[in-house]
Amino acid sequence: MKRVFKRIYLALILIFLYVPILVLIVQSFNAGKSRAKWEGFSFHWYQELVSNASIMNALWVTVSVAIIATIVATILGTLAAIGIYSMKKRPQAVMMTITNLPNTMPDIVTGVSLMLLYIFAKVERGYFTMVLAHITFDVPYVVLSVLPKLKQMNTHIYEAALDLGATPAYALTHVIIPECKQGIVTGALLAFTLSLDDFTISYFTTSPLVQNLSTLIYSATKLGISPVYYALSSLMFVVLLVLLLIVNHRTGDNKG
Amino acid sequence: MKKTVCLLLTLALLLPVLAMADEVVNVFNWEDYIDESMLALFEEETGIKVNYMRFTDNEEMVISVESNPGAFDVVFPSEYMVERLMNKGLLSEINYDNIPNFKNIRDDLLNPAYDANNAHSVPYMWGTLGILYNKNLVDEADVHTWNVLWNEKYAGQILMMDSLRDTMAVALLLTTGDKSSVNSTDFTQLSAAAELLKQQKSAGLVKAYGLDEFKDKMVAGEGALAMVYSGDAEYAIELNEDLAYVVPDEGSNIWVDCAVIPASARNKENAEKFIDFLCRADVAAANVEEIGYCSPNKAAIELLGEDYQESSVMNPSDEVIARCEYYHDLDETWLNIYTTLYSEVLSTKVN
Amino acid sequence: MINNLQLPPWALWAMVLALIVFIAMVVISVRRNHGIKRSLFASPYILWMFIFTLLPCVLIAYYAFTDVNGHFTLDNFSSFWDSNYIMRENLRSVAGDEMAATVARGSVNVDTLVYSLWMALLCTVVSLILGYPAALFMADRKMKLGPTLVVLFIIPMWMNFLLRTIAWMSLLEDNGLINAFLERIGVGKVQLMYNQQAVLLGMVYNFLPFMVFPIYTSLSKMDPKLAEAAQDLGCNDMLTLLKVTMPLSLPGVISGITMVFMPSVTTFFIPRVLGGGNTRMFGDLIESTFKTAGNWNLGSALSLIMMVLILISLSILRKADPNGEGGGIV
Repeated sequence: MKRVFKRIYLALILIFLYVPILVLIVQSFNAGKSRAKWEGFSFHWYQELVSNASIMNALWVTVSVAIIATIVATILGTLAAIGIYSMKKRPQAVMMTITNLPNTMPDIVTGVSLMLLYIFAKVERGYFTMVLAHITFDVPYVVLSVLPKLKQMNTHIYEAALDLGATPAYALTHVIIPECKQGIVTGALLAFTLSLDDFTISYFTTSPLVQNLSTLIYSATKLGISPVYYALSSLMFVVLLVLLLIVNHRTGDNKG
Repeated sequence: MKKTVCLLLTLALLLPVLAMADEVVNVFNWEDYIDESMLALFEEETGIKVNYMRFTDNEEMVISVESNPGAFDVVFPSEYMVERLMNKGLLSEINYDNIPNFKNIRDDLLNPAYDANNAHSVPYMWGTLGILYNKNLVDEADVHTWNVLWNEKYAGQILMMDSLRDTMAVALLLTTGDKSSVNSTDFTQLSAAAELLKQQKSAGLVKAYGLDEFKDKMVAGEGALAMVYSGDAEYAIELNEDLAYVVPDEGSNIWVDCAVIPASARNKENAEKFIDFLCRADVAAANVEEIGYCSPNKAAIELLGEDYQESSVMNPSDEVIARCEYYHDLDETWLNIYTTLYSEVLSTKVN
Repeated sequence: MINNLQLPPWALWAMVLALIVFIAMVVISVRRNHGIKRSLFASPYILWMFIFTLLPCVLIAYYAFTDVNGHFTLDNFSSFWDSNYIMRENLRSVAGDEMAATVARGSVNVDTLVYSLWMALLCTVVSLILGYPAALFMADRKMKLGPTLVVLFIIPMWMNFLLRTIAWMSLLEDNGLINAFLERIGVGKVQLMYNQQAVLLGMVYNFLPFMVFPIYTSLSKMDPKLAEAAQDLGCNDMLTLLKVTMPLSLPGVISGITMVFMPSVTTFFIPRVLGGGNTRMFGDLIESTFKTAGNWNLGSALSLIMMVLILISLSILRKADPNGEGGGIV
C-alpha cells in the first residue's frame, strides 16, 4: 500500500516535469501555427527549421561555444584541482572560497559583471567574449568534480610510482590523471550541459550580431514564438537522449 | 582522440573569423519588419552578405548601438530616436548620390522636423498608434476614445503596450485632451498620466503589458482590446475578420521608422546600397505585403494597387493625420523623469 | 555613458595572451621535468578567476559607487532606497524646488526586492514540500528506483529552459489546453496566465530538480543501519523520519534551499513570459536598468545590493551546515 503511494507520488512529479515537454513535441508536428488547435500532422516546421539561416547559425554558435568552453574549462579546471589538492591547508581554503564564489553569485550578476568588464576594457562583445564568459562559469564546476576524486585517491600510489622511478610528469599523466578520470568526465559533461543551456550570462556578454539559441529564442518570445522552435527543441532533446544512451551503453561495456 | 579535439578546436576558432572575410552589411531592424526573402535577393544581386539582427524596443536599440560600436551598419529607429541618436553624435550623414531611389519617398514625409533635409535618415515605414479590438467582444460605440482602455466592462481583457513613450502618450492624451501633450514636459501632467496608468493596472483592468506578441494574441482571441501600431493591426485583421482598428478621437502618435547609418559603421557604402535597395519600388512593395505596414514609398504604393490604397488602416485619412502628433526626443533630464514614472507604473501590483 | 576611467583596448587581449603563455609554460616545465611544485598548477586558474570573477566584482562595486562621470557618489544607493531620488533632483533643475518638493519617496526598487524575496521564498517552500518526499521515495532502497529516477529528473533539464517555460504558455493560455479541457467538462474558462500563480508555477517547474538532487544525495549517503537501529529501539516510521532521517538529510536540504532560492530571486525570464508585466521581479528590474535605461551605475548598485543580500543569507544557512557537506548535483 505504502509502496503504491510512493510510486504514484513519484509518477505525478514526473508527469508534472514531462507534460510541457510532451506538449512541445506534439506541437512541433502540428501543421498549423496556432498553439491551441490541432490542424493535422506534418513535418512542415522541421523543414522550416532546416532552411532557417538564423536558427542554424545560432545552433552552430551554441554548440561551438559549448565545445570550446568545455575543452578549455576541463584543462584549466583539472590542472587547478591538482594544484589545489597539493596546496597547504590555508591557501587551499582560500582557493575553495574563490571556487565557490561563482556558485553563490546569481547568473544575472555574473553576466552583468562580465559585461562591465568588457565595456571597461573596450572589448567588442561577440563570439569571443561569450566563449570567455562560458569558460568562466564552467571552470569551478570542473574543479569541484575533480577535487573529490583526488581526495579519494590513495596518495601512496603516486609515491610508489615515484619510488619505482617515474618522473613527476610521468606519474602525473599515468597515475594521477587516470585516477581522477571519472571526475574529469563528469566535470566536462556538466560544463557542456551548463554551457548549452545558458541564457542569462550569454545575453549580457554578446552583441545582437552573435546569437546563441537561448538569446535567439528570447528575442523571438517578444514576438510570439513560432513552432519552428518547438521542432528545434524536440530535435535537440532526441539527440541528447541518444547521446546519453550511447554514453551509458559504452560505460556499461567498460565495466563489464 | 587528441587530434580530433585539436581539429574541432581549430575549426571552431576559425569559423567566426572566416565568416567575417566577405563583404557584409550588418542590419539592425525591428523584429518582424522585413520580407526576409528580400535579404536573399539583396545578397544575390550585390554579393554583399547581410547579417540581420533584430530589436523590439527603441530604448533598448539605442543602448545597443551605443554600447556595441562598430556592430551595426544600418539601424531603423523611430523618428524621435533619430533625433536622440543624432544629438548623441551617433549618426553619420547619408550620401544621397548612392541612393538614387530616394526619389520614391512621399513628399510630405521629406525634410521632417526631426531631421532637416533628411541628412541622416531615410523613411522606411510609417503609421499611427491606435486600438485593435475584437468586434465580438467590444461595443463599437465605446472605442472612439482611449478611455475604453479604462472601461470596467473589459476588465482583464486589455493588452497594454510596454513602450515608455507610447503608453505615457495615451495617458497624457486622456488627462490633458491636448494632442501636443504627447511630448509634455509639464510634471503635473506627467504625474497625473502616470497615476491614471497605475490606477488602471491596480484595478485589474490590464491583462498584460507586452509588445509584438499581442498581435498573435488578438488573432487567437486572447484579448478584447490592445494598443498596437497600425501595421500590426493590418496584419491581425487579415488573419481574423472580427478585429478592427481605430485611432481614437483624442489623437495619437504618427510615427516614421527610418533607416540610418551609425557613425561607427564599418561598411558605410554597403549600408547605402542596402538602403537604396529598400527604397526600390518592388522591394518596398514586397516588404509592405509581408509585414502589413504602411510604406512612405510612392512608387511601391502604385505597384500595390487599389486594395492597398483603399485600406483605412494603412492609409490614415487627412483628418486622422491632423489629430496625430510626432514624438520629439526628450533631454536626459526629462527622459529620466518619464522613465522613473513609467517604472512605477510597471511595478504596480493588481489589488 | 561609459566611464572615463578605462583600460586601453588591447588590455584584455594582453591578459588573455599572458594567460595562454602562462599555461604553456606550466605545461612545458612539467614535460621537461623542472620539478616545479604541483601547487603551481592552480596558477592559471587563479589568474583566470582573478580576471574574470574577482575583477568584474570589483568593477560592479566601482560602478555602484560612481556617477556617469566616474566621480564618487552614493546617489545610486539613494536611488535604490528612494526610486524618485534622481527624478526629484532633475525636477529641481527644470521645474524649481517647489515642484520637486511634491515628489514623495518612491518605493519601487525596495518593493520589487521585497516582492522577489517573497516569491523566491514561496518557490523554495513549495519546492521543498514537493521535492522532499520525492527525494525520500527515490532514496528508498527497497524500491531501487534511485539512479533511474535521477536520470529521469535530469532529462527535462536538457530542453532549453526558455522553451520549457514557453511550453507552459500553451497549457495556460485562455485558449490553451487546460482551458480547453475545463471548457469541455463544463467548468468554463479560467484566467491562468499573467498572474503570480503562473509565475510561481514556472519557477517551481524549473527549479524543482535542484531541490530534489541534493536531498537525494544526502539521503542515499545515509547509513541505512541508523534508521534500522531507530526502528529496533521502538521508533515507528514517522518518528524515525522525524528524529533520524530528516536531521541527517539537513545538509542536503540546505544545499537544495540555496540552489532554488538564489535563481528564484534573480529570474527575469519567467515573470516576463508567464507574468505579462504584472509580476515584476528584481532580476527584471536589473535587466531593464542595464538594457533599456542604460544606467550602468544604478544597475550595478542594484546588483551589488542583491549580491550582499544573497551572501548574508548564505552565511546564515552555512551556520546550519558548518561542514558544508550538502551535496550538489556534482
